[in-house]
Amino acid sequence: MILDGKCPTGPIEQSWDKHRFDLKLVNPANKRKYNIIMVGTGLAGAAAAASLGELGYNVQAFCYQDSPRRAHSIAAQGGINAAKNYPSDGDSVMRLMYDTIKGGDFRAREADVWRLAQVSNNIIDQCVAQGVPFARDYAGYLDNRSFGGAQVSRTFYSRGLTGQQLLLGAYSALSRQIKAGSVTMHTRREMLDLVVVDGVARGITVRNLVTGELESYAADAVCLATGGYVNVFYLSTNAKGCSVTANWSAAKKGAFFANPCYTQIHPTCIPQAGEYQSKLTLMSESLRNDGRIWVPKKKEDVGKLPAEIPDADRDYYLERKYPSYGNLAPRDIASRSAKEACDAGLGVGPGGRGVYLDFADSIKRLSEDTVRERYGNLFEMYEKITDENAYKRPMRIYPAPHYAMGGLWVDYNLMSNIPGLFVLGEANFSVHGANRLGASALMQGLSDGYFVIPYTIGGYLVTVKPGAVTVDHPEFKKSIEDVKATTNKFLSINGKKTVTEFHRELGKIMWENVGMARSKESLTEAIKVIPQIRDDFWKNVKVTGTGAELNQQLENAGRVADFLEFGELLARDALHREESCGGHFRVEHQLPDGEAMRNDADFSYVGAWEYKGNNKEPELHKEPLKFETIHLAVRSYK
Amino acid sequence: MSDHKTMTLTLIVWRQKNANDSGKFETYTAKNITDHHSFLEMLDCVNEDLIHAGKEPIVFDHDCREGICGMCSQVINGAPHGGQDRTTVCQLHMRKFKDGDTIYIEPWRARAFPIIRDLIVDRAALDTIIQAGGYTSCHTGGVPDGNAIMIPKPIAEEATDAAECIGCGACVAGCPNGAAMLFTGAKVSQLALLPQGKAEAVARVKNMTAAMAECGFGNCTNHYECMAACPKGINVKFIARMNREFLKAQFA
Repeated sequence: MILDGKCPTGPIEQSWDKHRFDLKLVNPANKRKYNIIMVGTGLAGAAAAASLGELGYNVQAFCYQDSPRRAHSIAAQGGINAAKNYPSDGDSVMRLMYDTIKGGDFRAREADVWRLAQVSNNIIDQCVAQGVPFARDYAGYLDNRSFGGAQVSRTFYSRGLTGQQLLLGAYSALSRQIKAGSVTMHTRREMLDLVVVDGVARGITVRNLVTGELESYAADAVCLATGGYVNVFYLSTNAKGCSVTANWSAAKKGAFFANPCYTQIHPTCIPQAGEYQSKLTLMSESLRNDGRIWVPKKKEDVGKLPAEIPDADRDYYLERKYPSYGNLAPRDIASRSAKEACDAGLGVGPGGRGVYLDFADSIKRLSEDTVRERYGNLFEMYEKITDENAYKRPMRIYPAPHYAMGGLWVDYNLMSNIPGLFVLGEANFSVHGANRLGASALMQGLSDGYFVIPYTIGGYLVTVKPGAVTVDHPEFKKSIEDVKATTNKFLSINGKKTVTEFHRELGKIMWENVGMARSKESLTEAIKVIPQIRDDFWKNVKVTGTGAELNQQLENAGRVADFLEFGELLARDALHREESCGGHFRVEHQLPDGEAMRNDADFSYVGAWEYKGNNKEPELHKEPLKFETIHLAVRSYK
Repeated sequence: MSDHKTMTLTLIVWRQKNANDSGKFETYTAKNITDHHSFLEMLDCVNEDLIHAGKEPIVFDHDCREGICGMCSQVINGAPHGGQDRTTVCQLHMRKFKDGDTIYIEPWRARAFPIIRDLIVDRAALDTIIQAGGYTSCHTGGVPDGNAIMIPKPIAEEATDAAECIGCGACVAGCPNGAAMLFTGAKVSQLALLPQGKAEAVARVKNMTAAMAECGFGNCTNHYECMAACPKGINVKFIARMNREFLKAQFA
């Protein structure tokens, strides 16, 4: 099937304004008749729930945490991009669009990215009005800093806490609507199934994580703002509860999963210290503004203290290979370069899996106090984890799975191929192409939540009769029975291995075969091994307790079971995409200097996969990508 | 790099089946723990052993494991988050303990935080306080340009100091009165400092302090235990600022 993104036509500069005018409106008096389900209350979900509630819709919002304030958007440190051009350094909506398309290695839709860049400025205004304390200069104006993949300063920030401050802004707007009664908040609920009636999304089945009860909710539209799936690698920078479960349940009900192989490995994370490790911690890429990345030139130096290695014996490899962007090269390039250095035996720290990020020059140039003001909380966090003082000796960093550019396929209105199912934020695939630039995730989450879905959902709702399906419909009962059967299965196996052991096993296969450098052999191997782990899981997993109580092992079993299916799809997508682009690097497809080699003739499309049943091959559907405003070019950061 | 010599620890952990169960302490042994294990990773190891032995693992709240989501919540040896300066449980590392140590682990204990199970408590009351007024009533869209509202740097910095609160509730757990004054004071202060929040300052402080009392939180009697327990180092001066705002509101 050839998919149609239903993007507006005509000049790109007018595309979103024209589309907004063309969208049908829901009469204000009718809005309260419509029910909307919002799953996930991170930046996208909280912003959307608050905005839709304020417009007058009835919103039911769900999160698995004990409060909407805890979604993992909160952990984003560095900043949020906007095309304000406050520093007058040549920024514009068009330049932000250009950088995003280029950064994504020409694998995103132009119209979606234009819209993102256009509303980026509204986001900053909105957050300021909410009382988000952005960094200010001494005159009282908003301050900016630079981020990877851009040559302008367009990143707004709040210390190293930008995600927290933006999420708390959205959470405060959501809290206001909860108080007003327009949003009903359901915390400690996990979505386990999407209910589809006659091909239309009509509701969800959730597990009450406190009582274990399964609950049905019906609505006129279902929105998923359920984040990304890189916990499929087990060790990642995501929160422990992040999973693909909500999205995978939708995929199993027919929603297409687009570009799952586009995963981002973040270059500046704290290296793994041991086998027992439960997650990896990211440090903002903004550190690359003032830190210089290097490894020893000679293998015999890797065991030495960094201070004992003279400048002449250090390889500042990003500055050497990419003189114009230097340490600010995009994430995929910075990550791969670190892996190459470590593969060449030049890595530092435990297992030789680390490179230095050195602030000595900046401290000399700016003073330790200035560096502390900019990055104090990151240095503190680094010391807590490693017991090392980064003001005195360089940090050690290594790439870690961080973000999913892929996600459920959506059209320009953020609606999936299932009518009535909308997907927002990291959970959809739309704007980042094959690689996301720093400070663009927060921008997308809030763009989708505050400024896109409130318009586009109306265009759908005017076509449906409110309240047409209720939870009394047999499909809801069936959904509950299906979920119950899976739960009982988990609890009855009573095998020998814990859920975490299976997750680690999967993660290891994914990281080694489907990680930063993928090949036909490694991917074929993964596609062979993952079903074996999956079979073993269903025969040999041990889940204690019952389904009728708070049971974290049971929660986790469901998430890992879904990762065991989804991981295979990710590997299949990576195997089919015979090119390298952005975060997807196939060793067979590289330029002589090791850069990614795209294949625009054959792969300039969105690959959207249709689930065909357990242990059956999924079917690929394509949405061709057209580049009319920004011309296809080889991405160069030299 | 420190060497990976391992520790064996005795854990005395609060186990409680549900809100109605009376609960009791149970003793466990944590083996093969290195000083690079985080506290939660140490508990993960104990739980893996328990599952293998067919026993119910210890349940505890956690999520981001990088000290920012505010989900983790344990009283360790009598101190919320374990008592290390500006550190959440998830960022506490085992290098702070010695081989052979005995560690007591309990949930947050406060009237406003009923226990759900083991180390998990219900902190919905903190959301209720924010819903009472912890926001500016701006609409989505229709707001002025970000630079139209100028904010002097020192004011923006002080507001950010207050805004760093992660809503974990350690201040309540640490307070002998079970008060949420530091939590509430931080939000009231952040918005009272900023021009965007001034328009609703009077109603906000009244409504939020009223919600605080209704939820069953106590009042401040200047023990400063909240500040000692706060993993973000929120300063008690924000309680003083809230009190001033509250007083001003009485005359408004």
